[in-house]
Amino acid sequence: MIMKLLYFPGCTLKTSAKNLEKSSFAIMEKLGHEMEEMEDWTCCGVVSSLSDDDLMRHLAPLRNLIHVEDQGEDKVITLCDMCCNTLKQTNLRVKERPDDLETLNAFMDRENDYKGTVKVLHFLEFLRDEVGFNVIKKMVKNPLKGIKIMPYYGCMMLRPREVAIDDTEEPMILSNLLSALGAEVVDNPFKIECCGSYHTIENKEIVSKRAHRITNFALERGADSIVLSCPLCRFNIDVRGKEAESMFKGFKQIPVYYYTQLIAIALGLDPSVCSFEEHAVDPSLLLKKKGVYKN
Amino acid sequence: MKENSKEKKEIEAIKFKKGELLAEVEELSGENLFACYQCGTCSAGCPYVDDMDLTPDEVIRYVVLDRSEVLSSKTIWLCSACFTCAERCPRDINITKIMEALRQIVLRKKIDHSYAQKIPKKERETIPQIAFVSLFRKNIG
Repeated sequence: MIMKLLYFPGCTLKTSAKNLEKSSFAIMEKLGHEMEEMEDWTCCGVVSSLSDDDLMRHLAPLRNLIHVEDQGEDKVITLCDMCCNTLKQTNLRVKERPDDLETLNAFMDRENDYKGTVKVLHFLEFLRDEVGFNVIKKMVKNPLKGIKIMPYYGCMMLRPREVAIDDTEEPMILSNLLSALGAEVVDNPFKIECCGSYHTIENKEIVSKRAHRITNFALERGADSIVLSCPLCRFNIDVRGKEAESMFKGFKQIPVYYYTQLIAIALGLDPSVCSFEEHAVDPSLLLKKKGVYKN
Repeated sequence: MKENSKEKKEIEAIKFKKGELLAEVEELSGENLFACYQCGTCSAGCPYVDDMDLTPDEVIRYVVLDRSEVLSSKTIWLCSACFTCAERCPRDINITKIMEALRQIVLRKKIDHSYAQKIPKKERETIPQIAFVSLFRKNIG
């Protein structure tokens, strides 16, 4: 059955994570489903407000949910972990506290009222629950044989638990995906730790230290690459990890993949959809070295 | 975070009546700080604890004891709201929300912790946008 889905991009997917978007669209096409960018999307209002009285900060995510309803859909797919988390948290808050929804609806005079019908889905969640990793497994053309990959989840996909797409302490979703693609999974207790998040702007050293800690443990466990989902985690581990090479003698950053890039490669799609050149450590070299694909 | 003496002075100038700090934190976070029995699980799992001047469990204790110098700690700005402590707390206290409440108390006095103008051009062009929006949401009132 062909599924047609609405997609919420968010700012980063249009700028520094274009390759995440491009590879996802390519996968959807290959799987035979359609994904369409929603109209009138705005900033998701990233990092959900944690002060109880601060309803103003739920306006941006709520507006986007309303626009999904306006387009006659009850589901929306996100690629960015932070957007997904923010939209899900606001969605949950207005469901749990109808009074807040009333206030927010009353505040927005140009928008329709939010009816609460939208389900926000992470793309990875969609691939697991609605497509099925077994379906992807059957379509694999270039198995990722001999590549030892450490899955890295970060925070936004797993916490808080009410909006998590998998177990908060022992997530398996990326491991299961990697196994379906034929890769060897290297587990690591740092897979659920924060990458350093927005400190990458004002406190680069701390983020480099975090990237080093995460990557170094992956190396100790014998991994040769890392797979993740969030565009900010990718930047922090890849770019700040590369910078950590000058801070820690003998340390060498390993390639960092988006899971969508690995699916695209495994399904035999043109590697150009992955735009590997946008990464600080070129991830295509390892794939070529292991013979997953040739130029 | 870089030491900023102007910011430090402004924060130190915030005056609280007895019990006011705790009441404000409780109102903003919706959490009961007296539920904390100081087991330190939050601090044990915190990815930033090595760089903090007060551990997360100390922050809770400071607030309970009405010690407003907690607002000048590096800790409240180092917390990036990763929710690890909140998920693991055996007393089910959302420490992440307590950290946010402390940041908000400062920010709502019109004291900013970050300045967009200070970010170098090269960084502005390469760092993902979500990082900027997050930083401004957390550190600018």
